[in-house]
Formats: sequence, structure tokens, C-alpha cells
Amino acid sequence: MKMLEVQDLNVWFGGGRDRVDAVKHASFDVAQGESFGLVGESGSGKSTILRAITGLAPDWSGKIMVEGQAIGHKRPRTFFKTVQMVFQDPYASLHPRHSVDQVLGETLQLHGFKDIDARVVKLLDDVGLGQKFRFRYPHQLSGGQRQRVAIARALAPEPDLLLLDEPTSALDVSVQAEILNLLADLRTEHNLTYVMVSHDLSVVGHMCDRLAVMKDGEIVEVLDVDVLRHLNAEHPYSRQLLEASL
Amino acid sequence: MMSVLLDVENLWVKFPSRHGVFDAVRGVSFTLGRERLGIVGESGSGKSMTGRAILRLIRPPGIVEADHINLEGVNLLDKTEKEMRDVRGQRISMVMQDPKFSLNPVMTIGDQIIEAYRLHSKASKAEAYKKSLEMLEAVSIRDPERVMRAYPHEMSGGMGQRIMIAMMLIPNPQILIADEPTSALDVSVQRQVLDIMDKLVKDRGMGLIFISHDLNLVADFCDRVLIMYAGRIVEVCDAEKLHAAKHPYTRGLLNSLPRLDAPRDRLEVLQRDPAWSEAPSVSGRV
Repeated sequence: MKMLEVQDLNVWFGGGRDRVDAVKHASFDVAQGESFGLVGESGSGKSTILRAITGLAPDWSGKIMVEGQAIGHKRPRTFFKTVQMVFQDPYASLHPRHSVDQVLGETLQLHGFKDIDARVVKLLDDVGLGQKFRFRYPHQLSGGQRQRVAIARALAPEPDLLLLDEPTSALDVSVQAEILNLLADLRTEHNLTYVMVSHDLSVVGHMCDRLAVMKDGEIVEVLDVDVLRHLNAEHPYSRQLLEASL
Repeated sequence: MMSVLLDVENLWVKFPSRHGVFDAVRGVSFTLGRERLGIVGESGSGKSMTGRAILRLIRPPGIVEADHINLEGVNLLDKTEKEMRDVRGQRISMVMQDPKFSLNPVMTIGDQIIEAYRLHSKASKAEAYKKSLEMLEAVSIRDPERVMRAYPHEMSGGMGQRIMIAMMLIPNPQILIADEPTSALDVSVQRQVLDIMDKLVKDRGMGLIFISHDLNLVADFCDRVLIMYAGRIVEVCDAEKLHAAKHPYTRGLLNSLPRLDAPRDRLEVLQRDPAWSEAPSVSGRV
């Protein structure tokens, strides 16, 4: 079954003279349990695709289907139980005056869970933080620990599809390895599907099965990671990216 | 023997805090000739602090202590604040990480470069304008006349960083300290900016201190590398031999990188050894 299908997606900002077409005619699909990568330089529209899927970019046309259900501009409650997003910068995506307990507790409550206390403990264990971080504030956590909290928050509603927007680009390489390992473990444990945006080809190569290369808002090539590993990309731009990242 | 431009001996940077004095840099020594010297390490390892301490940019309550920081035999620590102003920009320049925060948002690019140039020389406005245009061309900015009239928000990140480099290089400094100059940029633009810096360093015979957290980049770009951990230098090696580095910390960092050509199920996670931060600093002197 297809977890996510995107057909002829266009996303734009502004109108009239100031209109910017951020994504143009993007189509791809992601199977259940797959890990799919989106790569490209900044401004190529890769993050915008994720934002359009979650509803953070209001102006879009085309077709987005999650678990076979087409998504309209108004998203039902169940959508947010299925799809969750982890943002790039863990320093900006956590409320500075909310403790970890509040961040997770509030999310759980919004999703209508009753056994919040037990779930917060479980979530913290899942992301390898444990009890002692429960009542800390973001400023008391390192970058890697914050990103773990952000991942725990995304896991709270027990989603099937996780959208990862450059989850490690703000972190050191040593911490990046920890987070990537954690994401790989969580995927097998919870049977998750990932769509991961990154500008780092080797990170996408490590995490994903297939990837799409984007340039100027268009998907120029969709290829298997094996093809990428053997440096067999077809489109000249993908080749250029490959060369730059070796 | 290479001529030594900068000689740093036993540099400490300390910040007094409520929980006692925090040592950000602990007894670092190195020399810089006309070469590209890389400093790598994780965030918090003291690499940026080392760069700032050389220019005496650390403000109180931060404390900089060293046996000496000699710029061509003259100790920078003995200079008055006024004398330091002649060193900063003119003899040692610094390019910071994010061009968004280092350019003045309400001044045109041209005015900023001209101001920076005229501060250090007696040139007339017309001369400064001409020189600025030349510099922008040198960092391969197309249509420099238009860029001179533009404001920073009209520039992309890569252009902003090249403008910063142009501005820093106009007074023709002997040493350029680049603090993560490319980490806010895309891979493709990164290469461009590095090539420009490389060319300028070679043509002018400058010394470059290149601070970065990206091991591969440093291995590619620099001649010699200092690896810092917890405020100390744990290893010094030639850049081309970085991939054969011996210290467990360097090895750990290298192994934690995902690689396209060598897929693995799990990435290696760095196991930190408290002994690393205890061990005395390795000297980076030639």
C-alpha cells in the first residue's frame, strides 16, 4: 500500500507580481514502511513539500494522498494522528518556557489520550532520554537532547508517517550519528514511514531507500539509493550534487 | 623553514561563573605560517574562542591569558585597545559564520565596503569605490555595480559570505581567521567560496586559520589540522593524513560520519573517554 502519494503538487507564496512558485509539478509516492529522501540546495523547495503536506503552506494545488485518502485544504483531526513532523532546528522548535513534561503532556492531551503520565514516561524511554529529563526546560538540554524531545513529541500521537525536515543539520557529527541511529531504531520498532529532507547526500544515502533530487522547485530525478551509491545518477544536476558531496 | 606569522603559546580563555571558573580554552599553543591551518572540533570545544582570543575580541568578564600571542614577533597582549584597532582588520581579519548577522541591514553593500576600506587607509571616496568594485570582482560577484547599490537582504547567503570576504580582504591583511565561513551555505556554493578563499590566500601569501566542524572539508582544504576537544588540542596532523588520524576522538568523529561509498546499518557512536579532557594539550607548533 502507498503511504503517501503526491501528484502534480504546486506550492506558491504571495500573489500577482510577487508570486513565487516554490514547488512546481512535483510527483512521487512513498510505500508503507519505506524511507524516502528529498535532496537539493536551499531554495529548491524540498522543505516546502513537507510543509504543504502538513498544512503549513496554505497555497497549493494538486493531489496529496495519505494512506489512500485525499487531503483537502482543511485537515481532519485524524490526519494529525497519522502524520507528524520533526523540524530542523531543535533550538527554535521547543517552547523555551515549557518543560519537557509540558511539551509532551500537552501534545498527548490534545490528541485525547487519558493515560498521559504513563505515556510521557514511555516516550522519554523510547527516545533514550529517560525519567530524569522529564522536568527539565529546553535551555537545560543539549542540541541532541532537544532533538530527541522534538522526536518524542512527534511520536506522541503514534503516527504512521514521520516528516523529517533536516533533523540533524544543526547538530555535531557525533550527535548526528546518535540521532540517525535512534531514527533507524524507531522506524523498525514503530513500523514508521519516513520522508526525510536533507541537503547532505550521505545522510540521505544512509537513511533512505529512495530519493528525489530537487532543483528550482522541480523534482529532476527520483532514484534508488543503490544507484546513488554507484554514482550512476542520470540528471546532470544530481551528478553535480554527488560530486560536490564526495 | 616556513616564516612564522603568528605564534600562540599557552593560551587560556576563562569565564568566571557562579559555579567557579569555566575554562573554554585550556593551554593551547600553535604557530601559523603562510599556510592554511584548520581547527576542528565539536561545538563547545573552544575552537571559535581560540580564534576570537587571538584578536582579543573576548569581552569581560571573559579573561584571556597566554604566555604570548606574537604577531611577527610583537606580543598582541601587550598592546593597548587603541593599538589593537590597527591590528584588527588591517593585519588580522576575521570572517564570521553567518553573513546575515555580520552585515549592516540598513546600509548598502557599497557603503559598508567603502567605510571598511577608508577606515584603514587615506583613500578618497572615488578610489575606495574603485577598489571595492575590484574586490567584488575578485570574489566572483557578477554585476558588482548593482551589488554596490544593493542592501544585504537582497543578497543570497553565498553572495553575502563572498561580500564579507571581499570586505575583510581589502586592507590586505596578513592573516585571515575564518570562523565556519561556509557552514551556513549549500554544498555547491560552499565549494565556490572555498575556491575563492584558497586563491586569495595563495596569491597574497596570507596565513589562514580555518575554523570548522566539518572534518572532510578541512581534510580537503587545509594544509595542517588541529583537533580540539574540551578546550585542548588533542591531535595535530597534516590534512591529507587526517583520515589516518590516531587519537580515538578524531577516529570517533570520522567513523560517526555516514558514507555513501560504505553503507552501514548503524553509525558508530562516539564513546567519550574522560581521559581525553585530562590529557595535556598537544602543541601545534612547527
